[in-house]
Amino acid sequence: MSIASLTKAWQPMSYGFLDASAKRELRRKMLKAIAVPGCQMPYASREVPMARGWGTGGLQVTLTLLKPSSVVKVIDQGADDSVNAASIRSFLSKVSGAAETWDTLAASLIQSRHRIPEERLHAGQILVLQVPNPEPLRPVEPNMSIARQMHADADYGRLWLILYEQIVRSGRIMEGAAYPSLVNGRHVMTPSPIPRWDVPKLHMAQHLTFLSAGREKRLYAVPPFTKVEPLVFSDVPFKVEDHGALTCHRSGVKGFYMNEIPQGDGGSAYELSDSHLGIKAIRQAEGEADRIGATWYQNGQSA
Amino acid sequence: MVSERTVGMTQALSLLPPQLMTTPPLLTMTGVSRRYGDVVALHDVSAVVYPGEVLGIVGESGSGKSTLLRMMNLEDTPDTGDYRLALPDLAGNLFGLDRFARRMLCATRIGIVYQNPHQGLLMQHTSSGNVAERLLIAGERSFANLRARGRTALEASEFPLDRMDARPIELSGGMQQRVQLAKAIALEPALLLLDEPTTGLDVSVQALVLDTLKRLQRDRAITMVIVSHDLGVIRTMADRVMVMRRGRVVEQGLSDQIFQDPQHDYTQQLVHAKL
Repeated sequence: MSIASLTKAWQPMSYGFLDASAKRELRRKMLKAIAVPGCQMPYASREVPMARGWGTGGLQVTLTLLKPSSVVKVIDQGADDSVNAASIRSFLSKVSGAAETWDTLAASLIQSRHRIPEERLHAGQILVLQVPNPEPLRPVEPNMSIARQMHADADYGRLWLILYEQIVRSGRIMEGAAYPSLVNGRHVMTPSPIPRWDVPKLHMAQHLTFLSAGREKRLYAVPPFTKVEPLVFSDVPFKVEDHGALTCHRSGVKGFYMNEIPQGDGGSAYELSDSHLGIKAIRQAEGEADRIGATWYQNGQSA
Repeated sequence: MVSERTVGMTQALSLLPPQLMTTPPLLTMTGVSRRYGDVVALHDVSAVVYPGEVLGIVGESGSGKSTLLRMMNLEDTPDTGDYRLALPDLAGNLFGLDRFARRMLCATRIGIVYQNPHQGLLMQHTSSGNVAERLLIAGERSFANLRARGRTALEASEFPLDRMDARPIELSGGMQQRVQLAKAIALEPALLLLDEPTTGLDVSVQALVLDTLKRLQRDRAITMVIVSHDLGVIRTMADRVMVMRRGRVVEQGLSDQIFQDPQHDYTQQLVHAKL
């Protein structure tokens, strides 16, 4: 009997890059986060081969959730082909053997920065959002210990106060991204810097969402079928961006969240922010068999 | 001159007391003691305040008057003591409330004006926003109502409405006190606590703020507790006076009685020093 037969073969790193204890720590905190929707759980954020602020929080959660049968999609500002998205996706597949995809419908695990895909996520899919600043109370309370007490007291009056002052000053709510939202009627969370357009997608969704901030060492979750209500006044309704009437100049698709591309003549062209939806639409128009799933918005209206 | 006019008003009001005294007290505090290390801040202090009455608390610096007021606002708990407010659905010793109930009670039933506006106001937010925050805590979620109720409260505290969206940090001391006052009365509290509301203001502004307080008291019959080291302020405002020294109540009575015929050595000194 040789020693080699009793031990595992040498490997350059643990499965899924993070060591077992790091993954156990994350799993515990993720379970806690699911148990108390929207409540920020502190966790021991590890080093990953990426700078803080580039999605290390999301990456750690994704690495913990990976298995060889996973199909991963990584989105950066809606695009699958940006450098950051491409390198995170190839890293994930390299350390786990998981398959890579651009297709929202095919993915089992989606890590995203700034966007939630336009196609409806279904039960069993997990969305991981990278969060730069997990604390919705930071603009009103610089002291984080007091902010945590305010969370415990559900003392969120000052968040409405910000909205009140925006309406007084500008006539409308100016909060663009990371719109504070009440989860399960108890905790207010920052839904990462997703646009207002994407916030309603979290409400009573079929999929599980994790939000993780690596530098701030906090993660929180929105379990399936959980209420997520953006903070609003009873007489000032929540409004998403006015993108319903815009048409994508590449795919001709209308009624989704668009990127504005300034043109030489001073005007603007628009293209779909969810790049793979655009690719699918173009392929369909060219007669290829590519399926576009049910979308959250139809003709620019929330379906 | 201002004080003479307002003293006259107090006397006119004091024709009402019989009715005042037959109602049960709104605020009852019994046997409140508090030590901070070796320092005795309060020793066996008891106080009652009747509905619609203004109780003045005077005393030198360090006599425990502000500590007592903080206890009334439930910001601090004593070592021993009992505190009750005769309000519907509020039974038992208020010092025993948990922090949620305490916060709700302070926000909705008790208004406070601090000596230092930085303590009571969010300086980086607008004045109307400061008032709105109170209403938001109490659950008001309609923008139009917030705006209207904020305006009403600021108007009642005689704040110039064209500046209602200015930040308190840009306002004068007297105006800041008016914002605090508007914030305190926005929810029409049962009890209004004033901690040296006019200290640090110049005499003319002080008179104007006192005028406002007086008018509010007359119009709304708010129960007030006013703490001051300034006998002039107490004489103008208070129906009854409590004199404190070294954490003890040395004398209390109707304000005329205390000012005309002080019994305790310390009160005599205090009154004569003033006159």
